[in-house]
Amino acid sequence: MSANQHALLLDRGNLKRRNRFNKGVEVASTVAAVLAVAVLVIVVGSVFLKGVGALSWHFLTTPTALFGESGGGISNSIVGSAIMVGIAAVIAIPVGILVAIYTTEFAPARIAHPVRLVLDILNGVPTIITGIFVYGLIVVPQGHQSGFAASVALAIVMLPIVARTAQEVLTLVPGTLKEAAHALGIAHWRTTVRITIPTAAGGLITGSLLAVARVAGETAPLIFLSSIFAPGVLTEPSQALASIPIFIFQSSESPKPEAHTEAWAAALVLIAFVLALNIVARALYARSRKRMGA
Amino acid sequence: MDVSRDSSQSAPMTEPNPDPQANPQTGSGSTGPSLSVAGSAGRGAVKRSRGEGTVELKDLNAYYGSTHAVRGVDLHFASDKVTAIIGPSGCGKSTMVRCINRMHEEIDGARAEGEVQLDGLNLYDPRIDIVAVRRAVGMVFQKPNPFPTMSVFDNAVSGLRLSGASRGELDDRGREALVGAGLWEEVKDRLKAPGVSLSGGQQQRLCIARALAVEPEVLLMDEPCSALDPGATLRIEELIGELQQQVTIVIVTHNMQQAARVADTTVFMLDGELVEVGPTDKLFTAPDDDRTEHYVTGKFG
Repeated sequence: MSANQHALLLDRGNLKRRNRFNKGVEVASTVAAVLAVAVLVIVVGSVFLKGVGALSWHFLTTPTALFGESGGGISNSIVGSAIMVGIAAVIAIPVGILVAIYTTEFAPARIAHPVRLVLDILNGVPTIITGIFVYGLIVVPQGHQSGFAASVALAIVMLPIVARTAQEVLTLVPGTLKEAAHALGIAHWRTTVRITIPTAAGGLITGSLLAVARVAGETAPLIFLSSIFAPGVLTEPSQALASIPIFIFQSSESPKPEAHTEAWAAALVLIAFVLALNIVARALYARSRKRMGA
Repeated sequence: MDVSRDSSQSAPMTEPNPDPQANPQTGSGSTGPSLSVAGSAGRGAVKRSRGEGTVELKDLNAYYGSTHAVRGVDLHFASDKVTAIIGPSGCGKSTMVRCINRMHEEIDGARAEGEVQLDGLNLYDPRIDIVAVRRAVGMVFQKPNPFPTMSVFDNAVSGLRLSGASRGELDDRGREALVGAGLWEEVKDRLKAPGVSLSGGQQQRLCIARALAVEPEVLLMDEPCSALDPGATLRIEELIGELQQQVTIVIVTHNMQQAARVADTTVFMLDGELVEVGPTDKLFTAPDDDRTEHYVTGKFG
């Protein structure tokens, strides 16, 4: 090899510049990743530090005190949130999964694509607009707020999340399995129900849990639909129900510092719930991907 | 181990029960034929009778959109023979085989023209139920694909269970199928283990058991050993020899030695056309067509 050829191997000139650029991109993306993690740590950390002081068994099991008094708890908010999110899930999860099954298993591409687009747009609709829509649809004709109205709004928020994640998961089911089922003389709907859906079950549950986690903290629609409620633990969805996000919102607007601490504590409860749900969902998804050989 | 064919195996003694009721049009409930225009699917202990499971392709053409993948093939698959289809990649051999159980048309934009007759019955007749076709013509794929949510046993009986067989018959027929696929001894103690926990070769035999359980007339095998190691391949090839008494076997293979080992008849395809068909020995040693000779001697492909 001549000296000239060796020169090409030296780190200088163009190669040096490319290496520097490479390093720069690497550092920038690492910093961005650290920032993203830091945001989560700071949010969770500060909520924990500020809220843990007010958190107690009493706080979790006592209804909110009357007329802006402090010393109450959030049991009514927990129950209300659970009822409203539960009803929303019962509405949105079956519909969302069916929509996904339709688009991935039955609809021709020229229909499936627009449906997918519509779901993405629906997912992008600001939730306050969903709230106003349901307000006009249910609260105005009825003349009062209700937990059910809030559930409908939350279901509308959940629907595209459930449907889109379910679509992703169903398309991951290997085509070879459906092919094998068809080749055995198993009808298509039966293949879908007995082969495709069970294979994707873990992922379908994951998508549903993530959607629940997402709407559990949804506040904007609840302000219109279920924010003026009677004291005490209510369980009747035809009435307005308390909820954790509304509790946080209202307590944080209070002039009393004790109420602020209670808002932090409620926020801690909410964030712990959402984190736990996310972790469970991820674990299930990992298991389900393994099953599908992905 | 010698897997080359025992000449006695391909002799007519493979037909223990000549059944006079071989006409599939009658669709008698007690005998084999599970397919008929009338749609009365028969089921029960199947004893193969002469002429059951003969497949005849008549001017078969298959397309993917505007691509003409199989061009005017006329071919006869005898019921007591193993037929191998060889040819270079993309020659249409898999496509042709997938026309026999009408899996070809599952693909978007794919269609087939011409006739595929099973015991004289045209499977492309508009009155024919496609699900019944798949039950009469089973298929084993390149990669073992047991259902991941099911146990070994449930995989074996999946075709039966999901097409409405009664619980009572599942136990026996699942066992029969696993015995038939030469898997019973290996899995009888772990029938409840997941099907995907078996080795690759065992999984492929499980797929064969699954196909056999619905008692097809014909078993299509699309390169069934291409994902397997030599030992597992040998096991499957032995199995093919055992199964030919029970079911007409059509095997697509990339491996010419495999065709030579397992097949009575070999078909050579090129560019969607049938070039030559003949007894395996003749096709490999004294082919009529130059293209066949060039292929089997390794000049291309």
